[in-house]
Amino acid sequence: MIARYSLRFGALGYLAFLLLVPVGLVFYRTFEHGFQPAWDAVTNPQALHALWLTLLIAAIAVPANTLFGVVLAIALVRHRFPGRGLVNAIVDLPLALSPVVVGFSLYLLYGTGGWLGGLSDHGIKILFALPGMTLATIFVSLPFVVREVVPVLREIGTDQEQAAETLGAAPFTTFRRITLPAIRWAVCYGVVLTTARVIGEFGAVSIVSGRIEGKTETLPLYVQSQFEGFNTTGAFAASVVLALIALATVLAMRMFRPREGVG
Amino acid sequence: MGITVVEVTKQFGDFVALDDVSVAIPEGSLTALLGPSGSGKSTLLRVIAGLEEPDRGQVLLGDDDVTQQPARARGVGMVFQHYAAFKHMTVWENVAFGLKVRKRPKDEIRKRVHELLELVQLEGLAKRYPAQLSGGQRQRMALARALAVDPEVLLLDEPFGALDARVRKELRAWLRRLHDEVHVTTIIVTHDQEEAMEVAGQIVVINQGRVEQVGTPRELYDSPANESS
Repeated sequence: MIARYSLRFGALGYLAFLLLVPVGLVFYRTFEHGFQPAWDAVTNPQALHALWLTLLIAAIAVPANTLFGVVLAIALVRHRFPGRGLVNAIVDLPLALSPVVVGFSLYLLYGTGGWLGGLSDHGIKILFALPGMTLATIFVSLPFVVREVVPVLREIGTDQEQAAETLGAAPFTTFRRITLPAIRWAVCYGVVLTTARVIGEFGAVSIVSGRIEGKTETLPLYVQSQFEGFNTTGAFAASVVLALIALATVLAMRMFRPREGVG
Repeated sequence: MGITVVEVTKQFGDFVALDDVSVAIPEGSLTALLGPSGSGKSTLLRVIAGLEEPDRGQVLLGDDDVTQQPARARGVGMVFQHYAAFKHMTVWENVAFGLKVRKRPKDEIRKRVHELLELVQLEGLAKRYPAQLSGGQRQRMALARALAVDPEVLLLDEPFGALDARVRKELRAWLRRLHDEVHVTTIIVTHDQEEAMEVAGQIVVINQGRVEQVGTPRELYDSPANESS
């Protein structure tokens, strides 16, 4: 009895101490002087641009990784090809690698003297611009859809797909009518995780963006720049926006998680 | 439509699943492929269906060499051991699937699905999902789904293997009657000698990737080539 309660309070206390207190404090400090200063801090042009840029990058990176993730998951589970094991390992690389390293490697690749550094001479700007930031974000959020879809694909097996084939369905019809409905909750969950990762990305984007205020500054970068400029209200208020997006994401996860495997 | 398999060989890595197998299935017959697990009987069925590509040899449906054709172009109906029900579709949608991908008119689909559900005695369960059916009901649904597209041949891969003994016996008798009614060339894969004897008009005994014996249940009963099988 005592053991059970101490375990429960231990777990809750740990979470509260590590997560709830710091995040709660951010909320408290943001609205310490009322709603208006906080509102002003997140509705100034620089903050709004940062929010818009964050959402724009998410609007490119999330669909790209969803499409790529589903295709890659099907390739990994349903096909045998040389180098399959290697691809399987590389997919996990962004989880293991520090985002700063990702940003730095992109910097080396596209920067002056890099292999693809010549692109900027032809007017194609990758670094310190949207393309580079999007590439970095896609890189760090790549594994989530793949990793959610692979086990579900394995579990459903090939019986239904083969049945559809013998009934006259062409490969794409089989994918659309049989495979996709079977993996849809896994895809949704992967999309939610990807979105969370994309919205919060800091390290890699911080390097490739050059952090130009009002131009290449995403919301997490804006928080950092406000914090460094001693504008704590601005930093806290933008943090609250990020935290609210995260909260919405977590709620979306709760909606998808229990239903996974039913469809 | 008769089925002719000519000198088919299929290997998975080092394992020889089918070793130079030739067999003729007469039109309109109900033939059992009988053999222990790992004998190659399921592989042979899947080669006929077009779900496995043979390393050598040919598969003929009627007079057509279909060896190079994908499964979807062969006009076969297939029933799997574990039902392969489309879990996110109702019974009605499962049965209608083949007709829908063939873009048949709506009225025709409605009429045909209704007929088939009557045939397999599932009329009342059209709106249910596979998860809400018993094993026997699911397999009858799978059979209706396979029959919906008027297949030239019907291929059943251990169709009653996952069912309990009583349901199995019922379905066997029912399949026998169904075949007398529909007369589509049918192959049933089984490892159960009694099942083969009871249901089939012709039995092909397969062992270690080779055809060991072909005959009517009577002939096999009177003079088995291998006492142990």
